[in-house]
Amino acid sequence: MEIKREAIPQDMDFRSRQLMSRDMLRGTLEDEDLERFAEQAVMTTTLDRAVAWAQGNSIYPMTFGLACCAIEMMSIVAARVDIARFGFEAFRASPRQADLLILSGRVSTKMAPVIRRIYDQMLEPKFAISMGACCSSTGVFNNYALVPSDKFMPIDVHVPGCPPRPEALAHGILKLRDKIQHNEREGWRERYDAVGTEEVVLPITAHGDGPQAAVGQSGPLIGRSTGASAGA
Amino acid sequence: MPDAAGLEVIADELRAADPSSVLGTTFDRGRAEIQIDPSKNIEVIELLRTRGFNFLASLHGVDYYPAEPRLGVVYELLDMKEVDRVSLKARVTIDAPKITSVTSIWPGADFPERECYDMFGVVFEGHPDLRRILMPEDFEGFPQRRDFPIGGEPILFTFNETERYGKDR
Repeated sequence: MEIKREAIPQDMDFRSRQLMSRDMLRGTLEDEDLERFAEQAVMTTTLDRAVAWAQGNSIYPMTFGLACCAIEMMSIVAARVDIARFGFEAFRASPRQADLLILSGRVSTKMAPVIRRIYDQMLEPKFAISMGACCSSTGVFNNYALVPSDKFMPIDVHVPGCPPRPEALAHGILKLRDKIQHNEREGWRERYDAVGTEEVVLPITAHGDGPQAAVGQSGPLIGRSTGASAGA
Repeated sequence: MPDAAGLEVIADELRAADPSSVLGTTFDRGRAEIQIDPSKNIEVIELLRTRGFNFLASLHGVDYYPAEPRLGVVYELLDMKEVDRVSLKARVTIDAPKITSVTSIWPGADFPERECYDMFGVVFEGHPDLRRILMPEDFEGFPQRRDFPIGGEPILFTFNETERYGKDR
């Protein structure tokens, strides 16, 4: 049987990836091409996708309520709109263990620094949903006391409503899942031009400095990052 | 509630103690109200407290802009035995908004007086810790006064995006 070899184009479109994987399964992919295939197809693409799949299906929201929207937020874990069906049911009481901050209610100028600190304490990858009219645009309380959430922290999904129904919030969370799993380009780092600001833990150096947190100095070692996967 | 005659009885008792302490009485829609001299508020409240109105249900501020004296402090007193309520209103001027604190009588007046100071700028003399309570510490002005600008921010929606920033944005 004659084996037909095709040159692998530099820019990999879907068809050529298909051909490559066919060759790989046949066992006819060799040397450099095999290396390249493993590097591109298996290591980065598939691993990133698997991590994104896992992250998107296990979003732990933070136990954090601000106002009346929090009442609606509570009922998304109740029987009717049960987000445990998607794996989001575990509300964490500590920002260190949470992935998602749902701003449920109006944010006053006095509360804004507190929320910002809580958001900063969350570990990457972290997401935020602005729930309701007050939080997104200060709503009916457009006065001296409130500040819209976009002014002090990045928001991934805005859920409109006053207050939004639990179904609307569940829809917003599913949108966030879509964004995490398929459409990372819609993330806030791209929107705010903040790629490379991920917090990373540097490895322990020979000088014994110990691990330390740094922002945007090297590629992230833990977790998924937009900057590293684009360059890899 | 005392009725209109009962209100006059209370007011007469206050006038008997100090004729200048009561500025007037109003009985409107079942609510008894006594306007008092702000400099005599402690004496009046002490007398009413011994008379049975020993519970301060609420303490709040009012701005009567543009009337003078502009600012008002309202004490809502409650007699729990007779189930009687009476409102005391003291008006202070905007230039010297000072009134004696009632924390010596009711320690629970601490937070309501701080809130009244926070929102209206009424200074309660003798208050143990007169700071802002709701607004941030570095906030300037007293937001519930009628001449305070309402503030707020222009919000960018999709419908006004182009008129604010132009189409190229």
